[in-house]
Amino acid sequence: MSQEISSKGASRRKFLGTSAAAAGLSIAPGVSLVSVAEAKPLDKSISSEQRWGMLIDTNKCAKGCSACVDACNTENGLNTGDEQLSRQGQKAQWIRKVDLRDKLTGHEVSLPLMCQHCENPPCVDVCPTGASFKREDGVVLVDKHICIGCRYCMMACPYKARSFIHEELLNQVEDVPRGKGTVESCTLCVHRIDEDTNEQRDPACADACNTAGHKAMVFGDLKDANSELSKQLKQHSSKAIRADLKLNPGVRYRGI
Amino acid sequence: MKYLHLMLAMLTVLLLGSNTVLADVPSPTIPKGNAEKCVLPKDEMRVNHMEHILHQRDETMYDGIRTEQFSFKKCINCHAVKDDTGKTVSHKDERHFCNSCHTYSAVKIDCFDCHASTPNSRDKVTAAGGKQ
Repeated sequence: MSQEISSKGASRRKFLGTSAAAAGLSIAPGVSLVSVAEAKPLDKSISSEQRWGMLIDTNKCAKGCSACVDACNTENGLNTGDEQLSRQGQKAQWIRKVDLRDKLTGHEVSLPLMCQHCENPPCVDVCPTGASFKREDGVVLVDKHICIGCRYCMMACPYKARSFIHEELLNQVEDVPRGKGTVESCTLCVHRIDEDTNEQRDPACADACNTAGHKAMVFGDLKDANSELSKQLKQHSSKAIRADLKLNPGVRYRGI
Repeated sequence: MKYLHLMLAMLTVLLLGSNTVLADVPSPTIPKGNAEKCVLPKDEMRVNHMEHILHQRDETMYDGIRTEQFSFKKCINCHAVKDDTGKTVSHKDERHFCNSCHTYSAVKIDCFDCHASTPNSRDKVTAAGGKQ
């Protein structure tokens, strides 16, 4: 019993130590002015101690604004003009704007919709090759090296978040390999997440939304109680789209 | 099996050193990289580059490990070949670094079906990973 207590004490000390190191400016234990996310060294593996997610406030999302969509296209090289023969609906799209209107009241909301990075992703369940997978930190990806392009995942996804590449691509962005015959979707900008920087780097969409002044997208670690995301989720009521499917998506919405 | 490679290599050295008959055999012209030296000795890279890249590929894909030694991006950045106009050639060009040997040895690779074959706008990522 005494051993148990002492080990608890040790882990608590360790916790306090690391959290003190992570906090940039602290005035008293547990009270910080500026918190700085701890950078993951490039050679360190990701872990399930984190789960990346996002909170989208539809009240702040402006109708007609497509800053997030444009930023995503640029960041991931989706609009390089390589897809010449594909119809509009066939072209790769990782994030799209959806406008909803309540028929009864006429109330309108506009929101960005992308891969919701489910805890229990149906795309992973149905993948016959194991190409569709969830990283330890909750990001759902496609390993294009083993994707055979069967598109079962596209049918399984209730959010219609995935795209299939029908044509040969030549102008990929170096951080984002993409190619003909494979399925792809929002990666939460993993190449940014994995970067060894002192500050947390938001995905391109959230970055653009902040720059545009709407600040409707908050990105962060769902498992870190001190992250801005967790604080906002605790404070405000939020919803998962199609919560009835019990997929526990990492992306949540306010105002719907 | 391991020694077979070694014996073959020794045999090749012997042949190259003592015999001039092989001088007529066409050999690939491999462009020099842009750095002082490669991440590993040339001989090791020539034989095993694909193993290193493959290993790094899975570590990056599944574990988010993005160290630079065997980063595919770094290979492309360092081994960029420019044409007469100063433009970097893509994998569609036979002068591309990978093509210089893969065409010679008739080994088809599909890396560039998905990966960028030229350094592009975001190659300015510094050693620390941050942007300049």
